[in-house]
Amino acid sequence: MPPPRGARPMNREDFKKNPISKGLVKKLMSYTTGKYKALLGIVILCIIVASVTSVLGNMFIKNLIDDYIVPILKTKTETGAADFSGLLKWIRMVAILFGFGVIANLVQGQVMLVISNNVLRNIRGDMFKHMQTLPISYFDTHSHGDVMSHYTNDVDTLRQMISQSFPQMISSGITIVATLAAMIYTSWHLTIVVLLGTFAMIFLMGRIGGKSATFFMKQQASLGDLNGYIEEMVNGQKVVKVFTYEDRAKSTFDKKNEELCDNATKANIFANILMPIMGNIGNVLYVLVAFIGGFLAIECGLSEVITIGVIGSFLQLTKSFIMPVSQVSQQMNSIIMAMAGADRIFKLLDEKPEEDNGYVTLVHCKKEGDTLTEVPEEEALSFKRAHGGKESDGSTSYVWAWKHPHKDGTLTYAEVKGDVRLFDVDFSYDGKKQVLYDISLYAKPGQKIAFVGATGAGKTTITNLINRFYDIADGKIRYDDININKIKKNDLRHSLGIVLQDTNLFTGSVMENIRYGNLLATDEECIEAAKLANAHDFISKLPQGYDTVLTSNGAELSQGQRQLIAIARAAVADPPVMILDEATSSIDTRTEAIVQRGMDALMENRTVFVIAHRLSTVQNSKAIMVLENGHIIERGDHQSLIAEKGKYYQLYTGAFELE
Amino acid sequence: MIRRLLKSVREYKKPSILSPVLVSCEVVMEVLMPLLMSKLIDNGIEKSDMNYVWVMGTLLLVCMFISMAFGALSGREAAKASAGFAKNLRHDMFHNLQTFSFSNIDKFKTSSIITRLTTDVTNVQNAYQMVIRIAVRAPIMLIFAMCASFYVNAKVALILLGIAPVLLLGLIIVFRYAHPIFVRMFKKFDLMNNVIQENVRGIRVVKSFVREDHEIEKFTDVNNSIRNDAVKAERAINFNAPLMMLSVYSAMLLISWIGAKLVVNDEMTTGQLTSMFSYTMQILMSLMMVSMIIVMIVISKTSAERISELLDEKADITNPENPVKEVKDGSIDFDHVYFSYSKKKEKSCLLDFDLHIKSGETIGIIGGTGSGKSSFVQLIPRLYDVTDGDIKVGGVNVKDYDLDTIRDNVAMVLQKNVLFSGTIKENLRWGNPEATDEEMIQACKIAQADSFISAFPDGYDTYIEQGGSNVSGGQKQRLCIARALLKKPKILILDDSTSAVDTATDAQIQKGFAEFIPGTTKLIIAQRISSVENADRIIVIDNGRINAVGTHEELLKDNEIYKEVYESQKKGGDQ
Repeated sequence: MPPPRGARPMNREDFKKNPISKGLVKKLMSYTTGKYKALLGIVILCIIVASVTSVLGNMFIKNLIDDYIVPILKTKTETGAADFSGLLKWIRMVAILFGFGVIANLVQGQVMLVISNNVLRNIRGDMFKHMQTLPISYFDTHSHGDVMSHYTNDVDTLRQMISQSFPQMISSGITIVATLAAMIYTSWHLTIVVLLGTFAMIFLMGRIGGKSATFFMKQQASLGDLNGYIEEMVNGQKVVKVFTYEDRAKSTFDKKNEELCDNATKANIFANILMPIMGNIGNVLYVLVAFIGGFLAIECGLSEVITIGVIGSFLQLTKSFIMPVSQVSQQMNSIIMAMAGADRIFKLLDEKPEEDNGYVTLVHCKKEGDTLTEVPEEEALSFKRAHGGKESDGSTSYVWAWKHPHKDGTLTYAEVKGDVRLFDVDFSYDGKKQVLYDISLYAKPGQKIAFVGATGAGKTTITNLINRFYDIADGKIRYDDININKIKKNDLRHSLGIVLQDTNLFTGSVMENIRYGNLLATDEECIEAAKLANAHDFISKLPQGYDTVLTSNGAELSQGQRQLIAIARAAVADPPVMILDEATSSIDTRTEAIVQRGMDALMENRTVFVIAHRLSTVQNSKAIMVLENGHIIERGDHQSLIAEKGKYYQLYTGAFELE
Repeated sequence: MIRRLLKSVREYKKPSILSPVLVSCEVVMEVLMPLLMSKLIDNGIEKSDMNYVWVMGTLLLVCMFISMAFGALSGREAAKASAGFAKNLRHDMFHNLQTFSFSNIDKFKTSSIITRLTTDVTNVQNAYQMVIRIAVRAPIMLIFAMCASFYVNAKVALILLGIAPVLLLGLIIVFRYAHPIFVRMFKKFDLMNNVIQENVRGIRVVKSFVREDHEIEKFTDVNNSIRNDAVKAERAINFNAPLMMLSVYSAMLLISWIGAKLVVNDEMTTGQLTSMFSYTMQILMSLMMVSMIIVMIVISKTSAERISELLDEKADITNPENPVKEVKDGSIDFDHVYFSYSKKKEKSCLLDFDLHIKSGETIGIIGGTGSGKSSFVQLIPRLYDVTDGDIKVGGVNVKDYDLDTIRDNVAMVLQKNVLFSGTIKENLRWGNPEATDEEMIQACKIAQADSFISAFPDGYDTYIEQGGSNVSGGQKQRLCIARALLKKPKILILDDSTSAVDTATDAQIQKGFAEFIPGTTKLIIAQRISSVENADRIIVIDNGRINAVGTHEELLKDNEIYKEVYESQKKGGDQ
């Protein structure tokens, strides 16, 4: 069964297995109370005022009848004249009180929404910022759907809780306590009746709620099942057509659809009948209060204690007591769900970021003779622009350099050459299954090194170690004779251009996508890079040329065209070392020949690591490494490997299959 | 649009009608209760008539149980109706989807089809349930409670009649103001999701270009603007509760002032006064409900529109009347065929294709990216319709065939191969549901897939993960070829289907074709010259036109493009 889309909302069962930790509440509180203490104070104050007024509002009828109408009636029968001045005064007072209530409610709402939206924004922002620091392995082990659902489902549950449940719980709590006090004050006899009824109600609600929860879980499971099926069929719709599989797809779909409908009906029945039952239990209590109240007043001679006013206002109190009780129990569910969501959010925030102890940084330097002086990037760029893209005018040149601070406080600069060496490198993704064994190789500045081998042989893994997407288990990698662990990760990656097998373009214009390689590049430089990658021709033919907006990973373009943009993007970054991971695999051979010329220009004077399964693209490499199961089994240039008549020879002659 | 959707209610009409009817009964009971209550207070408690209390109380209890029963029943019917309606909507959409031609499919993005079938249906389902329960309940409650309040005391009821429209107006103003902001906010949420999704998917690109800060900046922008819109929208919406409170309190104060006078003047009883407070709550609450429903309906409106779009999409390729149900042989004739994906002719991607292929011939097709190779072959099983000209298969125009017949006889291995979750056998049975084990093994042998399948511990019962992620690209391609072979087609089309297969295996597959299915017409699109050089004829396609047709030797002699492709592939071999 395919997993349901997005995260499944947590239910009571999950919750029992994974209760709310104290730390979680603390962390969540720090988001809300930390920055917004004053605002939160206002909110709580307002909630108290509003709840107290609403409780007083419920006492209103009793006061009206007992304290005013009845005495007025009495004076009227006694004196024949009714005096309403007392009543008017009282109504005025209550009106002011109610006014406070309304204002408190208004203020609370307006302030709370600022808090809740700020908190949510901060949480989303922190998640995203933190996500950027996470190692690649995090993204390998978490599905995109799961990551996405932190921002959507999980944050949504928090929104529910912060903006609704939290204020509601406070006000319900206050209302319950205040109403209870008012009830006891009005009549303790009737209070007992109401309390008993309330317990019965809570019990019943738990029963029905539990039933409903199990069916909701079933509904969720079958929904996930159906959605998974839909996703698979819709993605393969063209294959369905070609194989005239429509009828079979329909019948499987219908079966799953029927099952979902069944479970959804059951789940909703229980949820739906809850409301009328709850409402009417409230009403039953209401009648019971009338019965018992009437009985006590009339039959037991308690009419002094239990007046009509008492019964009247008690009826109202009953309602206002039951309402918050049922609200609290309804909020419980959303609080549990929000806690589960918060738990997942904080798990993301607690993920360890990429470790980076590097201190060697990449800087622009002006080179005069043999001396290097650090200069700001703008200066190097403007020099380059002034000299028609060249970095040198004979005597002075601008180069990348490693800035190396030493323990004794001195600084040295070394020009970036692009010399990469691996010494006895071992690696494993999970610490158990080793994927690379004893890899040693060197790439001198300007050399092209190729990796050849089947899927899973470890080709991509090696390049991922060079740019430190993963850290090696044993051995060392030196870059211009500096251990790469000493180089700051960002600077290391800056110096390595990369074109990946799966191109990823971003929503935005073609120009913006190329500029992704170097945010400081001018339009001209981007176009220059596109020309180098042979992408200029097709881009010019697009409806809006370089301003054509790409959406959903450049779905408007062919795979080959996307790849060309990715190459242009790497070209504009102009790094000393390039990694091309199957960069031309989806371009047809004729176009590839054209791209290859651009790539050759791109590769000139650069150290390049190439991974390709078309051997034609790697033949002109300085050295070819044949990998098998994490070992380099053969190495050498094309001629010597052919002469060796080993694995490479077999691959080349087609006796073995790559992939 | 709504009428379009309601067509899918079908067998759930009964619960859909029953639910609001039952809810109306519930409402009547609920409105009766304060009335009975006031009688109970006035005539029972006030006059210390315990008998009256018992009678009225019992009557009240009966009312409650009726109300509870009706309410619960209505809830049940509503659940049935809404779940059933959702089921039918999904059913109708999915079934319509199955009739779509390739161009229909191209029109909708797959992700949007999936959203329509999942999230959008859920939204509509919730709105529907809401409508049949509460949308009926609230107005009825409003009317009945209003009538009852007039029955109890017209003077006091006038207060309610005065306040209710003010509240309603306030709610409407709030809603009118907030709605466009909400719409804008939802769009921004989509934008934010897009930023996250692209970031997660392209994390390697982000990291290798060290663009984390740039990404954070992008995200912060959209995140802040969501926050600002949310604050604006909620700022408006949060006026609802105080507005409601204000109305309730004003009504209460006014009623108590006027009510007190009426009671003192003996025009009203205290019981009736109490009941008036109940009606105040009932009336104002139902107004609140009405405004909530409007919000729900508006939110689900977009979903409903998207669903009806999919329901209304008419398949543009349908079966002809009196279709031909048999394909005579595998000959293919293109008579001056023009084709374009859009209706505009100037953007044609095939121009004047004129070509005649004999049954049993093997045709190689060579051409650059976007030259029109795939479009060309997709016209044969009528996955798209030609813009101009005619295509005949077995001497009959493809438009005259039964769709299933032509597609069953023209097997095609698409460039974008898809395997489905299930065992290898289940995947192979896509080609022929009745295929025997022997037939499957035979097909796999031709496609050179038998050897690696047998090497799997579970052999042909090996489970293929969704999208075929647990087999390599080359293995996937060979399984797809075997799947197509099982159809025993008259015409077999391979659209760049051996690109991940090495040359030696590729050659063996070609050999197998020649040996086992000599009578089948084979069209092979390839990047590699080696995949097509043994074909009877090779077609060179360039920019939507047939550039040349000939054998390998002929083309090598006098076709520039073919020569160039050949050289580009041979060059590596010589160095």
